[in-house]
Amino acid sequence: MSNLPILFDNPALALQVVIDGILVGAIFALIAYGMALVWGVMNVINIAQGELVMLGGYVAWYVVRAGLPPALGIVIAAAALWLVGWLLYRLVIFRVVDGDLFIAILATFGLSILIQQLVNQVAGADVQSIQSGLGTLVVAGGMIAVPEIKLVAFAAAVLLGIALVVFLKRSRLGQAIRATAQNARAARILGIDTHRVYAATFALNAAICGAAGALVAMTWVIHPYLGLPYTIRSFMIVIVAGIGNIATVLLAGAGLGVAENFAGFVFGAQYQTAFVFCLLVAILVARSAILVRQRKVLR
Amino acid sequence: MIQAAAHRGLHFLIAGLSVLLSLAPAAGRAQSDTITLGAAVSLTGIYSTNGKNTRDGYDLAVNRVNEMGGVKVGDKTYKLAIKYYDDESTSARGAQLVERLISQDHVQFVLGPYGSGLTKAIAPVTEKYRIPMVEGNGADRDLFTHGYRNLFAVLNTSDYYLRDAIKLAAEQAKLQGKDPKTMKVAIAVENDNFSKDVRDGVVEDAKKLGMQIVIDDKLPPELNDMTATLAKVKALKPDILVVSGHEKGAALAVRQVADQRVYVPMLALTHCDSAQIAEKFPGAAEDAVCASQWDRHLSYSDKWFGSADNYAKMFQKQFNYEPPYQAAESSAAVLTFVDAFQRAGSLDPQKVRDALAKTDLSTFYGPVKFDSTGKNIAKSMVLYQVQNGDYKMVAPAKWAEAKIIYPQPAWDKRMAPTASMTRH
Repeated sequence: MSNLPILFDNPALALQVVIDGILVGAIFALIAYGMALVWGVMNVINIAQGELVMLGGYVAWYVVRAGLPPALGIVIAAAALWLVGWLLYRLVIFRVVDGDLFIAILATFGLSILIQQLVNQVAGADVQSIQSGLGTLVVAGGMIAVPEIKLVAFAAAVLLGIALVVFLKRSRLGQAIRATAQNARAARILGIDTHRVYAATFALNAAICGAAGALVAMTWVIHPYLGLPYTIRSFMIVIVAGIGNIATVLLAGAGLGVAENFAGFVFGAQYQTAFVFCLLVAILVARSAILVRQRKVLR
Repeated sequence: MIQAAAHRGLHFLIAGLSVLLSLAPAAGRAQSDTITLGAAVSLTGIYSTNGKNTRDGYDLAVNRVNEMGGVKVGDKTYKLAIKYYDDESTSARGAQLVERLISQDHVQFVLGPYGSGLTKAIAPVTEKYRIPMVEGNGADRDLFTHGYRNLFAVLNTSDYYLRDAIKLAAEQAKLQGKDPKTMKVAIAVENDNFSKDVRDGVVEDAKKLGMQIVIDDKLPPELNDMTATLAKVKALKPDILVVSGHEKGAALAVRQVADQRVYVPMLALTHCDSAQIAEKFPGAAEDAVCASQWDRHLSYSDKWFGSADNYAKMFQKQFNYEPPYQAAESSAAVLTFVDAFQRAGSLDPQKVRDALAKTDLSTFYGPVKFDSTGKNIAKSMVLYQVQNGDYKMVAPAKWAEAKIIYPQPAWDKRMAPTASMTRH
């Protein structure tokens, strides 16, 4: 708590903490879009979400190592992960789509272990990262420093969010995805090949994770075992934001990011994660209280 | 009738089993010109990189000892061999496998696994069977507080990793006319035993010198971002920032300190060489100070490998990579066993254990001499500083290749951490 006055003495620093939080949150939000999509459309909670992010990071890492520009790494990672997602659906996920939610959790949990170990075998357990080649934006006499790659990641998160909304609203496939999410059986009766829709949804999710993974490798570091925190964080964001609205996912991501960063600053890094989980509980309790009140009004 | 047949069957079975049993020791005897050491090492899982380093270190030493004629115990000469299992980087598996090595494979001497966590899981097993274990990769101070009689570690405990960095910073400050008592230390370590030991060592020495600890953060193990801690560093302006969190922590700290333009006169880290910070973060890693157990430029020597540098050359020739200290300390563990076998003049585990306790050996890795708890008290740590993209030894002063750069230059006066900044 003794760190709190420091923030009041240095408003610029407080701004730095807010900016960092928003930029971190944006990448998590990006991953959460995908999770919300898969959850909403297919009723599958994808525990392997973080592993898809990690895979995307490694694809981009290989691309950059081959001498190609990092920006291309993001695109190729997304494309490669689209394919991976589609394959995963055809091999595993289609078997659990209509079943119990817990079977799906188990299946994707198994996938997450498999992907971790495979990457560990192929790429090794070493920590890797990609040099984006971008610099740092320094303002307020050095008190605020924002790595440009984080801004790129933020822009990517927002643009991808908008693109996703437009895609779901306007395109044939997007409409089919939404129809399937509303009522899979009715969609089937109306001639929608729901399995194709599911495959496309899962592949789309994987592609989003792939792009996010490439950004993670450029902003932080990657290693085969980084998946779980990303899965948990995106899960949290989806719980807070719900699965219907992409704008709230971005808001929730940024909000949790800011809260986490302030907690880390004030209480110390050891309470950072704990604080966010407490916040999650508080949000859920508050929300259920509000819902109860609404129900009373309705009655 | 049927009952009688079954009875006869049972007789045959018992007879067969007793024949097998009587053969078993004979099989053991046939290989008696070989001493088999047992090791459960992480060949898969999270520690697989370091596990491979450990195994390569063991293999190189065993090959070298065999090449030079083997181990002379009493009047008989033995060859060395190692029986490996993969502990999959999990403690429970490691303990199981060592149990299997001892009770099923009848191994009487155990080499340590990689890492403090696994060593901690295995030590009670070797203790139970009274089988000596020499390890080179479990640095946790806590390992030596349980009164284990059969555990011997050739490396420095983890609290020693960055003590010298604090001393070095204090010396430099004094030279520049600054009182060490006015210095501030910020600490960010991962929340595990190893890193907490590193922290404790730093805190002890900093307090002794009258320094003030201004940040004392424990980073979560799933750490992927330390900007909150770094924002505090910006505000409180410590003289030294200590970060310990294995390879991931080192890589992340170097990247984010540069990206967020956080200035500290000294950034002190562990695991930089295995995280390859100088290679992977050119510019950003410049001037970082790193702790190491060993370096090829040290002037230690022994009869097996000659100089430390010669060891490095042999290692590189066989495995095609520069030996990290994790490999060197593993080789040293094998040499320590060899020395104890020779002095014990017997292969009785407890006689070898007593010989180990009296070890006073110099190796290419450094001197080995154990205190009553089994840790090596003769060797000291090494500090590197990344200078011009290369790791230069700056402490201990006796072997230093370069003078430490302290305080490190401000960001706008430094080599560009990223391509878009201009070079000065």
